[in-house]
Amino acid sequence: MTGAADNIQDPDAQVTDQHEHHAPTGFKRWFFSTNHKDIGTLYLGFSLLMFLIGGAMAMLVRAELFEPGLQLMEPHFYNQMVTVHGLIMVFGAVMPAFVGLANWMIPLMIGAPDMALPRMNNWSFWILPFAFAMLLGSLFMEGGGPAFGWTFYAPLSTTYSNDNTAMFVFAVHIMGISSIMGAINVIVTIVNLRAPGMTWMKTPMFVWTWLITAFLLIAVMPVLAGAVTMVLTDKYFGTDFFNAAGGGDPVMFQHIFWFFGHPEVYIMILPAFGIISTIVPTFSRKKLFGYHSMVYATGSIAILSFVVWMHHMFTTGMPLAAELFFMYSTMLISVPTGVKIFNWVATMWRGAISFEVPMLFAIAFIVLFTIGGFSGLMLAITPADFQYHDTYFVVAHFHYVLVTGAVFSIMAGVYYWLPKWSGHMFDIRLAKTHFWLSLISVNILFFPMHFVGLAGMPRRIPDYALQFADFNAIISIGGFAFGLSQLLFVWVVFKCVRGGEKVPANVWQAAEGLEWDVPSPAPHHTFATPPVIK
Amino acid sequence: MSKHTKLFKKLVIASIGMFAFAFALVPLYDVFCDITGLNGKPSLERAEISTVVDLDRQVDVGFLTHVQNEAPFKVTVDQALVTVKPGEMNQVTFSAHNLSNESRTMQAVPSISPGLAAQYMHKVECFCFTQQILQPGEKVSLTLLFYIDTEITPNIKELTLSYTVFDIVTAN
Repeated sequence: MTGAADNIQDPDAQVTDQHEHHAPTGFKRWFFSTNHKDIGTLYLGFSLLMFLIGGAMAMLVRAELFEPGLQLMEPHFYNQMVTVHGLIMVFGAVMPAFVGLANWMIPLMIGAPDMALPRMNNWSFWILPFAFAMLLGSLFMEGGGPAFGWTFYAPLSTTYSNDNTAMFVFAVHIMGISSIMGAINVIVTIVNLRAPGMTWMKTPMFVWTWLITAFLLIAVMPVLAGAVTMVLTDKYFGTDFFNAAGGGDPVMFQHIFWFFGHPEVYIMILPAFGIISTIVPTFSRKKLFGYHSMVYATGSIAILSFVVWMHHMFTTGMPLAAELFFMYSTMLISVPTGVKIFNWVATMWRGAISFEVPMLFAIAFIVLFTIGGFSGLMLAITPADFQYHDTYFVVAHFHYVLVTGAVFSIMAGVYYWLPKWSGHMFDIRLAKTHFWLSLISVNILFFPMHFVGLAGMPRRIPDYALQFADFNAIISIGGFAFGLSQLLFVWVVFKCVRGGEKVPANVWQAAEGLEWDVPSPAPHHTFATPPVIK
Repeated sequence: MSKHTKLFKKLVIASIGMFAFAFALVPLYDVFCDITGLNGKPSLERAEISTVVDLDRQVDVGFLTHVQNEAPFKVTVDQALVTVKPGEMNQVTFSAHNLSNESRTMQAVPSISPGLAAQYMHKVECFCFTQQILQPGEKVSLTLLFYIDTEITPNIKELTLSYTVFDIVTAN
């Protein structure tokens, strides 16, 4: 009780309320904003822009791969597109989208007036555009941008990279600082500002998954910062962390990178689990099945994510004991993940299901994420991994979990909460068209990658053997269709923000949660007095 | 607000701690692998001379040399394969030739396959312990004095010692 009540009597909070009537507009409103809803909107808008830029790069890659041989670009430019596509989608599209959703929804879901550290919130967003300006700017410099893959393995990023690598390193530093500040804000908000009576086991699932994600971010983003710093000093200041000639070890890079990299993939999927756990009960008109097991499963996945990193490195040559350990620990992750999948299915079981757009995306998520999970299990089998390693099978796997997983969950979340944010219902017919176009094209895009991968087509190469030509043409067509379908998404969101049918506070009648108690559109300031949870 | 500040400070310290941990991982991986015996890294320390010989076993030891990054060296080994008894002292001669017209510094970095055999390979004298300065066009003989540990596990019947040769001048 005391925490939130104290906060309301805080003189600063009073002052903010009085300022509401002459709030700055235009550039100043956004640039100086400390309001969680404004910053959430900024994050989501930025993420959408990055999604389109990263998507354009992917379409260039697919254009080059449309037929065998080198048609459109030099291999060096192709490598830059593959690299920057990965970096932008991971750090520019998926992660900021989840942070944007966290900014918008966590205070509303826990009945807090704002994020706990609003000024830091402003900082954590506004340093991001500079990071990506630097990363994208390096593409236009002499020698080009990073071309060593988003994983920047040494010695590709140290010995064989060009001098613009420093731009990449500093961009990643800034992205890391932004993520860490965002994570700190989320943790302080959730721990200190939950409404009176909201005990841990009454906290909404999206808030839970974000809390655990934020701890993962604090644990591993600094390790990424350390890894890029080592690349920087190896390249420019003569250290030998990864240089065998000086007593270093290039494989050490992979150990440090994947110590960050594996928890990172859960950073990109745990909030998705939270969104799906929010949407499925609403449109099944039932409570979430197995709430407690969902919380424990999320925690288990987070802990297990620290003991599986070497499954990315099976082919580097490691002792049998390590191969077995990392094979079993990786497979173990499918247990808590399976708990979640079954809980969602059980929530839908005998529910009064209706297929609104967010629910369509959520169901697509459950089915397609499971496919991505299964191919992950196949990759976890060490002897099989030697065959699959660095092929399109891996590309298929991580795009199923990241595009039809993370990205679909973000779209589900946007369609679910967009009426709450804007006060308008989106154009349902267009949104359904967007869903079906995306669903079909994304499978044309990624499913055949399994086949060419199993047949041995290597990833990250601008050319391929003739026998892969037909499938690659199909994949590219799927890619263009999926990319262009997203313009429809942009149009739906734009149209909905501009106007549309007015919606009531509880947009989806059966939705539960404090965010549905506030009017639609959500006013600039909400929960100035904390609600009491019984 | 002090409640926020307290938690904020803890989380900032945790972040800085994790940044330091990234650097600590470099020695920690070695420590972990030494403790568990999973380390595949060849030792760069001078070993004691062996006193016992296991006459009943034989191990094939192969040698490879590889010059990295088109460094101007030619490094060869006189015998590509020797069959040794565990504990027995063996000497192998390598020769290095500086092909350029300037003096270069060479560093050989050993690697042993299979990785688990690395801990049983003891080098009493090795040119990989130090850097070699080669004058323009100079040819030198390099000595490796080694023995295989008598404790070597029976399933290891052959192992390969590979030297990667780096040009230190360009590396830095």
